[in-house]
Amino acid sequence: MLHIYCPHCAEYREEEEFRPKGEAHIARPVAPEAASDEEWGTYLFFRKNPRGLHHELWYHAAGCRKFFNATRDTVSYQILETYKVGQKPSVVAGQSSNKGAAK
Amino acid sequence: MQHYSGFGLVKHALTYHENWQRAWRNPTPKKKYDVIVVGGGGHGLATAYYLAKEHGITNVAVVEKGWLGGGNTARNTTIVRSNYLWDEAAWLYEHAMKLWEGLSQDLNYNVMYSQRGVMNLGHTLQDMRDIHRRVNANRLNGIDGEVLDIKQIQEIVPIMDCSKHTRYPIMGASWQPRGGVARHDAVAWGFARGADALGVDMLQQTEVTGIRKSGNKVLGVETTRGFIAADTVGVVTAGNSGVLAKMAGFQLPIESHPLQALVSEPMKPILDTVVMSNKVHGYVSQSDKGDLVIGAGIDGYNGYGQRGSYSTIEHTLQAIVELFPMFSRVRMNRQWGGIVDTCPDACPIISATPVGGLFFNCGWGTGGFKATPGSGNVFAATLAAGKPHPLAAPFSIDRFISGKLIDEHGAAGVAH
Repeated sequence: MLHIYCPHCAEYREEEEFRPKGEAHIARPVAPEAASDEEWGTYLFFRKNPRGLHHELWYHAAGCRKFFNATRDTVSYQILETYKVGQKPSVVAGQSSNKGAAK
Repeated sequence: MQHYSGFGLVKHALTYHENWQRAWRNPTPKKKYDVIVVGGGGHGLATAYYLAKEHGITNVAVVEKGWLGGGNTARNTTIVRSNYLWDEAAWLYEHAMKLWEGLSQDLNYNVMYSQRGVMNLGHTLQDMRDIHRRVNANRLNGIDGEVLDIKQIQEIVPIMDCSKHTRYPIMGASWQPRGGVARHDAVAWGFARGADALGVDMLQQTEVTGIRKSGNKVLGVETTRGFIAADTVGVVTAGNSGVLAKMAGFQLPIESHPLQALVSEPMKPILDTVVMSNKVHGYVSQSDKGDLVIGAGIDGYNGYGQRGSYSTIEHTLQAIVELFPMFSRVRMNRQWGGIVDTCPDACPIISATPVGGLFFNCGWGTGGFKATPGSGNVFAATLAAGKPHPLAAPFSIDRFISGKLIDEHGAAGVAH
């Protein structure tokens, strides 16, 4: 059972109150009607799916019903931070790719 | 290869079974192979076997970071069925089903494929509409299927609570008599032994650490035992497909999730079929050893940890006890998790990639075991020809750009 800190409630709650909602920071194409099939398909379906640090969206379904982001290790499942939507993660993967500010 | 038979069993009994030949060699890697298959699970081993058997390509290596069949092949709930809704998926899984039916003879290895029937329960009117639609679609594709009413269900599974007093009363079910279960480890071992006999090298404890390319063409794989060259590389690494794709420099429309399963203590025979329910969400069968084999849905978060959250198991067992109140006193023996590579449309990816000579067979998600022989068969044909087998063509990665998805979510009774 994960203990998750909801940045809105400012409390640790049990995992069952929450729903994971996948990769965070996915930007919708700015002009959808101008987006190519490739851009649109990438936005809808293609994911980083990293083995290691993952910035992801969570929903406090049985609590405040607000969305927030978490940085979590996908191997140990340890949650390193949670932060509100719109904020940037403070913990990012060491080297190159995973900047959190997505494509 | 030493042929297995009843006579052999008696013969070896005279020497206390101490002189059985090893089922496969443990070779040192060659410098170059015609084809490298990355991933020594059921699908990878089947791919190697059919490459050698049907396409005469025997200079093949299976590169496995752990031991053969130690990933999802060893962790699934062994259910085999082919009652998928859409033509493309139905054809692919039925291709596998036909191979299952002759697999033990083909491999000279008892994979214990037991066609005890698979029942998918419906609990709502919409469930029943979907079941009717799916069974009709199956029949049009030549796949066996029936719609059962409560009385028929109760005759097949008398111990299930089919009363009106449950929270989600059972209204009917689809029934595929040719479906069933198989011995998962034996499938991996049988394919490995068969492939080894045809000359395939099984390289265990050899982890791929990189994919070497020249321009846009694959040259081989970097491993913990050095570089191994090949013009064609097939990646069949289930939950770790995304990691391999990253090595090759592209992304997949896949997310890796933990999927948990559990078995009970062994009991006397009580359940002689496979019961699945998407609505209350659980599935159960009884193994030949006597333990109940139980599973349900994935953990919602991405994970590579081969374990999940306790609450998921709790929900799974709630569903099983709802269906089978008598199981409430059964004690659970073991519980584990595997990493499944889930696709947005719950169908696999069997495809060429942006890198020439590099092919991926992944995205089987929660239901790859049932497809093991078919997956290997069409992937071997794809690797041998350098272009997709006709049954694999619709499962190209391009469908996530074109939008031509094969949406089996829910449609096929896919548990997710």
